[in-house]
Amino acid sequence: MQVVNFWLFSGIAIISALLCITRRSPVVSAMWLVLTMFSIAALFVILGAQFIGAIQVLVYAGAIMVLFLFVIMLLNLGRGEPTDLPGRLGSLIMLGVGAVLAVELWAVTRIVPDGAIRLPAGTMESLVEQEGAVGAISDPLFRDYLVPFEITSVLLLAAVVGAVVLAKRRL
Amino acid sequence: MGMAIDVSVPGGMVLALLPELLLVGWMLVLLLAVAWRHKDEGDQQLAGQLALVGLVSTLLVVLWMWLRDAHAESLVGMIALDGFRYATSAIFLIGAILVVMLSLGYLGRESILTPEYYVLVLLATVGMLFMSSGADLIVIFLGLELMSVSIYVLAGIDRRSAFSAEAAVKYFLLGAFASGFFLYGVALLYGATGTTNLTQMHLQITSLGLETNLMLLCGIGLLLIGFGFKVAAVPFHMWAPDVYDGAPTPITAFMAAAVKAAAFAALIRVLLHALVASDVVWTEIVFWLSAITMIVGNLVALAQTQLKRMLAYSSIGHAGYILAAVASGSEEGAKAFVFYVLVYTLMTLGAFGVLAAIGRRGERDVRVDDLSGLGSRRPWMALAMTVFMLSLLGFPGTAGFIGKWLVLSSVVQADQVILAVLLVLASVVSAGYYLPVVMAMYMRPAAAEDSHSGAQLTGAARWVVGVAAVLLLLLGVWPNRAMDVAADGAEGLRPAPTRVFTD
Repeated sequence: MQVVNFWLFSGIAIISALLCITRRSPVVSAMWLVLTMFSIAALFVILGAQFIGAIQVLVYAGAIMVLFLFVIMLLNLGRGEPTDLPGRLGSLIMLGVGAVLAVELWAVTRIVPDGAIRLPAGTMESLVEQEGAVGAISDPLFRDYLVPFEITSVLLLAAVVGAVVLAKRRL
Repeated sequence: MGMAIDVSVPGGMVLALLPELLLVGWMLVLLLAVAWRHKDEGDQQLAGQLALVGLVSTLLVVLWMWLRDAHAESLVGMIALDGFRYATSAIFLIGAILVVMLSLGYLGRESILTPEYYVLVLLATVGMLFMSSGADLIVIFLGLELMSVSIYVLAGIDRRSAFSAEAAVKYFLLGAFASGFFLYGVALLYGATGTTNLTQMHLQITSLGLETNLMLLCGIGLLLIGFGFKVAAVPFHMWAPDVYDGAPTPITAFMAAAVKAAAFAALIRVLLHALVASDVVWTEIVFWLSAITMIVGNLVALAQTQLKRMLAYSSIGHAGYILAAVASGSEEGAKAFVFYVLVYTLMTLGAFGVLAAIGRRGERDVRVDDLSGLGSRRPWMALAMTVFMLSLLGFPGTAGFIGKWLVLSSVVQADQVILAVLLVLASVVSAGYYLPVVMAMYMRPAAAEDSHSGAQLTGAARWVVGVAAVLLLLLGVWPNRAMDVAADGAEGLRPAPTRVFTD
């Protein structure tokens, strides 16, 4: 059942991602991106990371996509724009680079990590059982990874200050 | 023995992060101050002076920790406490201080009125500090992003200039692309070793024999692409000339000096500390990167007529020299890096400082020929510029020579003779574009009666150029003390192989 689900959702994710970058209308593209985000959320749930799956739907499929659509509407990009897909030579190069990456991906997936660094089977399930889906994430986040967490807040502040400085008409 | 810090308790963590915390706190104060007062040039000056106070006090804290020899009691966690961190942090802070001093007069002259400029400079500096202090790939990545996001905005801070906007957009898009490569590399390294901590990564690689693990190698490759973009190494340098050209000159200096140095510091820590067991692989890659960066950077610089663009390509060439030190893969190389980067920061900031004084409206159109006659009209400024050019060239008697000599000796010690020969040849080629600047200033008459009437170093910028020139000459004839400090800064970076096997 899990295997079927995996292939189903990863197939949907790949096809909708392809459709997202090949459609001419920005709004249609954005809609396909929503579907991609949803299928990735499903993949997280299959991996046993329910919380991340839920956050994926809320933040990416929800908030960020709504922002995208707002920007598209405000910039009045609704109509089909001329395509920016490259010509024949460009497509060949694109296919070549894609093939290299695909082979690389295939090679990387062939590697079975050393037993010493793999979690024993069922660790994830028992961890979620013990601490709950949120606790399994929040505990390391606010203990072991507190410093990176706090740096992220400074990073977001920098982004806010930067966006306001660049976008505001008169400061 | 020095001060031992226990990073497992909150108090110790605060102490270990004292420079970063101080600078973040001061940045917040400054942000509040500019929220209240942001109406005219006087308010902007005040913001700049406040930023200066924050940077100087952070520098003092870093030096205090270094003098007290603050080190971690237990195995290092997220934050490294070693000489390399203090040395590189001090260099970034010196760079940021000089940039703020250059900006004090510059922003007003170019009528850029955004006091948030200084907030962003502080934010970028915080990012740099985390890049040099991060002992975990996550901290290093966040530091890199924090620095980059602030610099994207700073590059486009002159909102009336189309070139500045182009620079910002170009840098943003390519920078985001490079971050993607970097992050993918981090993910693969995590997949191969099961950790993002640099010390543990080294232990895992040696104890599990992962030196030539395919996933690890893919990760190293992607990581090097990410870093290659940030340090503008050929073939990932395409963005650099346009971005350096379009950004306001003090920010160009900041990018060419401190931003590049921060990326190098993180690269050296990752390669020498975590991935030292796979050094056969990455020295090969860095060797080639260094070789083509030196060749392309210097040859293309020869063809430039505009001073700002010439300096941009010259900074690509210098990235090649520093990469040569990295390719040596030794503590000797790290020592050469620390010394070189200090010298490089001084001479780059000085050269851009003089450029900012000569030009107007972003200095894009100052050609080398426009310097004709500067030697007789503005003798002191011409003298300082001569020192910077000769030092960039690596002329004996200037600090640039000592820096290059250290790099060269580290490369020779690592038996990479080809790289050493290339380095010397590239330096000879670079005379072809540094010396014309000196010749134009002294050997050609001024084009018109009032040629250089507007060229003036004012206030703080005068101090930047003067101090940089004097220090470069001083370090050129009396380098021993600084070399000792640099050696102290590089000590213990590369884990001793024997200790690891007994663990």
